[in-house]
Amino acid sequence: MRVALFITCLADQFFAEAGVAAVRLLRALGVEVDFPEGQTCCGQPAFNAGYWEEARPLARRTLEVFREADYVVLPSGSCASMVKNHYPELLPGSQKALDLAERTYELSAFLVGVLGVEKLGEGLKGKRIAYHHGCHALRELGVREEPLLLLKGAGAELVPWEAAEECCGFGGLFSVKLPEVSLAMADRKVATLPQAEVLTSTDAGCLLHLAGRLAKKGVGLKVAPLATLLWEAYAG
Amino acid sequence: MRAKAKLYPKEAARLLREKPGVREAVTGATLHFDRNRLKAYAEVPIAEWRERAKAIKDHALSHLDQYLELAEKRLKENGVQVHYAEEPKDAHRLLREIVERRGVKRAVKAKSMLTEELGVNPLLASLGVEVYETDLGEYLIQLLGEPPSHIVGPAIHLSLKEIQTLFHERFGTPLDASPEALAQVARKVLREAFLTAELGISGANFLVAETGTLALMENEGNIRLSTSLPKVHVAFVGIEKLLPRFQDLALFLPLTARAATGQRLSTFVSLIQGPARKGEEGPEEVHVVLVDHGRTALLADPEAWETLRCLRCGACLNACPVYRQTGGHPYGYVYSGPIGAVLDPGLLSLEEAYPLPYASTLCGACLEACPVKIPIPKLLLTWRHRAVAEGLSPAWERAMLAAYRRVMESPALYRLFSKALRGLPLPQDLLPLLRAWTEGRGPLKPSPKPFHQLWREMEEGHGR
Ligand code: SF4
Repeated sequence: MRVALFITCLADQFFAEAGVAAVRLLRALGVEVDFPEGQTCCGQPAFNAGYWEEARPLARRTLEVFREADYVVLPSGSCASMVKNHYPELLPGSQKALDLAERTYELSAFLVGVLGVEKLGEGLKGKRIAYHHGCHALRELGVREEPLLLLKGAGAELVPWEAAEECCGFGGLFSVKLPEVSLAMADRKVATLPQAEVLTSTDAGCLLHLAGRLAKKGVGLKVAPLATLLWEAYAG
Repeated sequence: MRAKAKLYPKEAARLLREKPGVREAVTGATLHFDRNRLKAYAEVPIAEWRERAKAIKDHALSHLDQYLELAEKRLKENGVQVHYAEEPKDAHRLLREIVERRGVKRAVKAKSMLTEELGVNPLLASLGVEVYETDLGEYLIQLLGEPPSHIVGPAIHLSLKEIQTLFHERFGTPLDASPEALAQVARKVLREAFLTAELGISGANFLVAETGTLALMENEGNIRLSTSLPKVHVAFVGIEKLLPRFQDLALFLPLTARAATGQRLSTFVSLIQGPARKGEEGPEEVHVVLVDHGRTALLADPEAWETLRCLRCGACLNACPVYRQTGGHPYGYVYSGPIGAVLDPGLLSLEEAYPLPYASTLCGACLEACPVKIPIPKLLLTWRHRAVAEGLSPAWERAMLAAYRRVMESPALYRLFSKALRGLPLPQDLLPLLRAWTEGRGPLKPSPKPFHQLWREMEEGHGR
């Protein structure tokens, strides 16, 4: 089985270690992993802001880059949803887009849904983890249980969080077009955060935004992408 | 109501800065309603209910001419006087005529968003008519001279303390009066108004074409009084409110109540079949005004018409984390929150409503809540796409996105950008964006090396 990783720009730039963790984990599970070098950004920021003419060439580039992969795996729910749900809208009538959508998975959904893995190891034993459900993973991809299953399977204690399924307020350009509202939303997430050791999520954007806000508020909570924790779950 | 939608970003920021209590009040109330909705949804086969409701609405909307004709016929058979108002001025003309003919000095009003759209209150005031909003929340904001902040809970942004202060100033109640005591005072004022008003004004939740029945839902009993005590009752009904058959109410009444407040049914449902007949108590005249005000045009819009399925239950507002931060006022028009962000451009023009489609993170909570499955996120994207195509977006944004595209289209440029992020000077276009970001979140800290570099090192066998 050959998997092509689509790391996408934010993870590439800000959570590079999570990409490394994803590679190691997939290889450890016996998957052949490739990282097609022509990849850049999935086009989501442009598409969501209404700049479809700007997003289209990026979608086409992605279709080309991942033409040959059996599966395309992303450590990001919203980018995975962009490919799965929005490429077919952005490129109506494109068989290639439909085809790529079929083969594309968010990392935890791939592990559970395709590889049938539920237990990676014991590496998170006793670790108190707060999981933020990125909206697109949750509501557009329907990825709700997979990350929780994998974390719990590795011995983590998932702390209940009132606002776990509420949007963090990142929203791509939203965070700079409406900065005050965006921050107020992040503050609600922060204010309701339970005692935990790590805050995690599948989305780099959400994590970047929340980590920044936590730091600004002087809350010393570690923030780590899901992929990093899943590797930790496996490798201990 | 005059639209100030353009000011949304500024107003939202100002409200958050100057009135933090609003955020607190709105968040508390909407979370409460939203939890109630979830519980109420869980008791019934909600997926099937929503699907059926959507199908019935779509059918009614796609045969609207036919159902309008039928409704008009039935209403007239019931003795109701039927009018069409394409524009607010048509509604105004009719009201002016009634006020003059019946010598109206006082009017009582049941809560209605459509009458906000039409500017009924200012018109009546200009005709020298004293208007009483009779929904408690609506009455409060009328006293304060504010527009509604929520479709269902117009005074959702007020704290008990603010209401206590308001009543203290107006009616001399103690500053710590209990909510019950305050309601008692309002009830006294309003009861007097009900008994003396010559005109009662309402909206309608539904209008059944088959029988010419107006259906009105409420919890306080004030709608029943407003529509039955005065000698003249005028109901303003948006043309999208039509339901084909009487039996459709059996689905829509409980569905709307569950979506709006988590109730199985609202405390009162009034089904109005026309004026009082001989020997009955009730209004002598009942008027139904079928209002267009942009709806026909919206219906003809192949990408945006689904907005018209809206039941005005407010569930999407309660579910919306953006709305929760500010309540409805900064949106600057009658309809706020997610539905406002897609309905206002349709009713007002995109130019008037420009920033509203951006008042969302596309989190999708609204779609999950909506009892008639209006694809609000998709509609937001549609309006955004149009806004960009029409050149409404700011210059900095267009420049940014053009630069972004150039960079992302070329892996070589992207690699260069990646280097720049780690030390080289960044392009000017990026700076305002970065500032907006870092102000609340501190500086951006890229990984020491981007993944694409780590990958190469891994593949070449050295390093990791
Ligand atoms: S869009 Fe849906 S959820 Fe929102 S008010 Fe209308 S019917 Fe209710």
